[in-house]
Amino acid sequence: MSRLKAHQKKTVTFRLNGLPVRADAESRTLLSDFIRHEIGMTGTHVGCEHGVCGACTIQVDGAPARACLMLAVQAEGTDIRTVEALSPGDDRLSALQAAFKRHHGLQCGFCTPGILMSLDALIGARPDAGREEVRDHLSGHLCRCTGYATIVEAALSALDDIRREDNDNV
Amino acid sequence: MNEQTGPKSLVGQSVERVEDASLLKGRGRFIDDLPTRRDTAHTAFLRSPHAHAEIRAIDTDKAKAHPGVYAVLTGEEVANLTNSLVVGVKADVECWPMARDRVRYVGEPVVLVVAESRYVAEDALDLVEVTYETLPPVIDPRAALLDDAPVLHPSLGTNLINERAFRYGDPEAAFAAAAHRIAITTAYPRNSCTPIETYGVIAEYDPGEDAYDVTANFQGPFSIHAVLSRALKVPGNRMRLRTPPDSGGSFGVKQGVFPYVVLVAIAARVADRPVKWIEDRLEHLTASVSATNRMTTLEAAVESDGRITALSWDQIEDCGAHLRAPEPATLYRMHGNMTGAYAIDNVAIRNRVVLTNKTPTGLNRGFGGPQIYFPLERLVHKIADELRLDRLDVIRKNLVPGNAFPYRTATGALLDSGDYEAALDRAVTEGGLGELITRRDAVRAEGRLYGIGFTAAVEPSVSNMGYITTVLTPEARAKAGPKNGAQAVATVGIDPLGSVTVKVASVPQGQGHRTVLAQVVADRLGLPLSAVRVNTELDTNRDAWSIASGNYASRFAPAVAGTAKLAADRLRGRLATIAAVQLNVTADQVEFADGKVFDRGNPDNSVSFARVAAASHWAPGTLPEGTDQTIRETVFWTPDELAAPTPQDEINSSLCHGFIFDFCGVEIDRDTGMVRIDRYVTMHDCGTILHPGMVDGQVRGGFAQALGAALYEEYAYGADGAFLTGTLADYLIPTVMETPEPVILHFESPSPFTPLGAKGVGEGNCMSTPVCIANAIADATSVEDLTLPLSPSKISALIHAEEKPSARPKRDVKPIKARPGERALSGEGSAEVSASREEIWAMLLDPRTLEAIIPGAHKVEKISDTQFRADVTLGVGPVKGLYRADITLSDMVEPEAVTLSGGTEGALGSGRGQGRITLTKTETGTRVSYRYEAGIGGKVASVGGRLLDGAARVVIGQFFQSLARYAGRGQAAATVSPGILTRLRSLLGRRA
Repeated sequence: MSRLKAHQKKTVTFRLNGLPVRADAESRTLLSDFIRHEIGMTGTHVGCEHGVCGACTIQVDGAPARACLMLAVQAEGTDIRTVEALSPGDDRLSALQAAFKRHHGLQCGFCTPGILMSLDALIGARPDAGREEVRDHLSGHLCRCTGYATIVEAALSALDDIRREDNDNV
Repeated sequence: MNEQTGPKSLVGQSVERVEDASLLKGRGRFIDDLPTRRDTAHTAFLRSPHAHAEIRAIDTDKAKAHPGVYAVLTGEEVANLTNSLVVGVKADVECWPMARDRVRYVGEPVVLVVAESRYVAEDALDLVEVTYETLPPVIDPRAALLDDAPVLHPSLGTNLINERAFRYGDPEAAFAAAAHRIAITTAYPRNSCTPIETYGVIAEYDPGEDAYDVTANFQGPFSIHAVLSRALKVPGNRMRLRTPPDSGGSFGVKQGVFPYVVLVAIAARVADRPVKWIEDRLEHLTASVSATNRMTTLEAAVESDGRITALSWDQIEDCGAHLRAPEPATLYRMHGNMTGAYAIDNVAIRNRVVLTNKTPTGLNRGFGGPQIYFPLERLVHKIADELRLDRLDVIRKNLVPGNAFPYRTATGALLDSGDYEAALDRAVTEGGLGELITRRDAVRAEGRLYGIGFTAAVEPSVSNMGYITTVLTPEARAKAGPKNGAQAVATVGIDPLGSVTVKVASVPQGQGHRTVLAQVVADRLGLPLSAVRVNTELDTNRDAWSIASGNYASRFAPAVAGTAKLAADRLRGRLATIAAVQLNVTADQVEFADGKVFDRGNPDNSVSFARVAAASHWAPGTLPEGTDQTIRETVFWTPDELAAPTPQDEINSSLCHGFIFDFCGVEIDRDTGMVRIDRYVTMHDCGTILHPGMVDGQVRGGFAQALGAALYEEYAYGADGAFLTGTLADYLIPTVMETPEPVILHFESPSPFTPLGAKGVGEGNCMSTPVCIANAIADATSVEDLTLPLSPSKISALIHAEEKPSARPKRDVKPIKARPGERALSGEGSAEVSASREEIWAMLLDPRTLEAIIPGAHKVEKISDTQFRADVTLGVGPVKGLYRADITLSDMVEPEAVTLSGGTEGALGSGRGQGRITLTKTETGTRVSYRYEAGIGGKVASVGGRLLDGAARVVIGQFFQSLARYAGRGQAAATVSPGILTRLRSLLGRRA
């Protein structure tokens, strides 16, 4: 097995929010640092760097993942989505984002991108999710401002909106 | 007055926040998101692994020579370029942001490295060698006062840095006359509201102007700006301090970034380039700032009917290793409110401030409130129980009467408005207390544990900048000159096209200030919300500010939003005068609404707001005689009520006083000791409500943090000063699963002292909730002596007898008794190695072999035949560091068995232990069996047992795998099997 040195660089190629990324990363560089400081997409936030707070949650091949617990080189060949991919257009918010705005589901907004990425994955996988499932999904995130209640309400409201939209489209 | 209230008013509505769209799209601009100059370097800190030690030597040569390193600085080198930070009391003591000759808490900065990246800076930290001589630490604030206690600051000669006694009314007479004297002693623990975004600083130094330019997610108060300028030895106008547009929560905590502003500024100066530092979570939990822990004995003089006639407070405040500005403010913030929500005329207070080997303290949401209300409301509960009175009746009987406002408390606060009893009655009815009592009785009838708790509290807001001078004697105050007031500032500007910009120095950290200010100003100028844009970034070189600026003491709604109203009103008055000429009416006939300025008597006679507003820009010559411009108006506002302390030490410590009445029902699981909040009702009177959604958001957020303080969160220290809760897996913040939704009720008594009638609301639940939950737990368990956090293990110990330790299997290694604060580790296992016993014996004694097989070893030296010294880098969870281990061999039975014992000391902690290795001949080679016992202390202990045990097993496993590989005669790896007993033992007793 070839052993990489900590500061030896390796070219990493993956898709980020639909666009190809190709850049050099030291083998020890965290994916969170790489996305934020090498690529310059700062929407993904870093709160603890040990996988507890959930602020850095992104989607790797559709599944929520802690960007702080992955090395950049582990992203090779993956398809990654971050909070920047959520809104359908510059002047528009997704149903989930709009529900957060309506329900005051955020205060400082620092933990919010990670929470949105988790909930976005939940909505995609389980559009019929109810309150308990939403709470269970949110339990991997720490928010210090809101006391969570408005986040739960926002998520349920978004699920409602999306279900209604889907029914209208049937 | 042209009060514009009514259906169209934006104030009072939960409008959607103007902040949210950017934040939801990931376009927030937090400090670590801001663009920096291309040559910006990064800094990292080497921190003390010891709670108390002399620094004997620091060797930075290797770190300086490391590629990519621009500068390495010791505390002594920083001190050469700075002054000591100002200390809050008169005392012969210095306060340096980085340790000089002595470290006084685990995590204290010792060396800083500036390098091309944070990664490289941390690499270089591993190359710094610090020689410490440890000193006995003192952790308990009472122990710090003992005659033989280790003294932190030799210049001070004692750990008691300040003591004052106060007397109001005639407490001695009241106690002498009282039917009962009832007392309680409590220990309030350390905790913190821990924002999810950590500290961040970006600093530059311009040698041409001898000026610093710093951006930091500092939250105020900007009185600290004066501390920074003095420390950096520049006049205030050469200490430019800016705040980023967004900040990821603060709750007081980001006040504590200021010592790092000094350090990063000096780093930039020495490295001759911009320097950036983003704190990591371990740094934040260990060494940012903490709320104070406090020992309190509170005694009440009580009549037989439960009426309290006097209180006697004895408070020992633990401010940690340094008394950093603005401490001891935590102890004095509530000084006007030492009687809580009660009318008690006689008060005695003894306040002592002590220093211990813990992180220095600072601002934290609730600031001083929880430390007061915990003993006060526990005592009221106890009074009712001892006198066999109804708890709610005792509260009611002592409340400040509704007809007494504004009410002057014994210690000097002027309670502005309210009707406490009416608010309490409404809470009891609307919150369903009767139903809760019925449920309690039913649950108890089934033999389950259920309790109800109450709290009544006054929530102060808008701090008097003079309250901290109450710590000085009246003579010292007179000499220093009076300090009082609290300047708030707001600027409203109108551009040439008539759009409005509001600028304030409130430094929000997530509360939504921009939205509320847009509501307030849009209302006053008759504009839609979107026509007003608010900028809350602060730049001390460019913007209007004063020492009271910032985001603390719940001052936004009462002070800053009110000042914005005053500024908008001034412009409105002038605009009315200008419009009156254009409309041919008198100014008092002019009204503002829907973007128009019009004649109230004839709304068709109107002109657009933009046209009136533009006159000052485009045609100043047309303004009516004597009318000033309408381009920009800055208002400073400080309320007269915030007077300096009187010679009798009475102090109106805050301008506004909200009222809170909480009650809750909790059920305790008998088996696990887990507390479940069945219902929590919280009634708030915060005066006029500007944005109901945000007010409820503040209540819920404060409640969740208070729930953490009540049940889960503690900055825990071992008796050796080791910090034990350095990760979010050890410092337990409530998740959504632990956080119930409180029932929130409102009562509105507008404040007569604020422009909008609003009072603060952000901190109340941090004051009221911890004790309310504790009171409920006391009711459920009938245990009076409760100390937070009331974790399941603590509650289990209260409701069950202590369990006896199980009999342990016999060992051939002497058990290491963990020293206080250490974590004890033990393990055993074996490995099959395909080499003879003699070969393995030789390998174990050969430094070159050991160097190759010890995980992370750089160098192994043979000191004598039985002594080795190894430099090893090991990582445990987020803590990676260099250790130097001294190993001694004993009980050698060649080639069968050897005992290794030794100790290690590194930047991140210390360890000592003993292991016995036994070599047994097998058919294919040798079985190497081992048992070990170890104790670990210092910073590495803070990562918690669950990580540490696992890491130890992995490292030891790696050692034997390497041994096997090295011996490797065809067989690639050894099989390592940790004993099942060990696994069980480590599961059962992670913490010794």
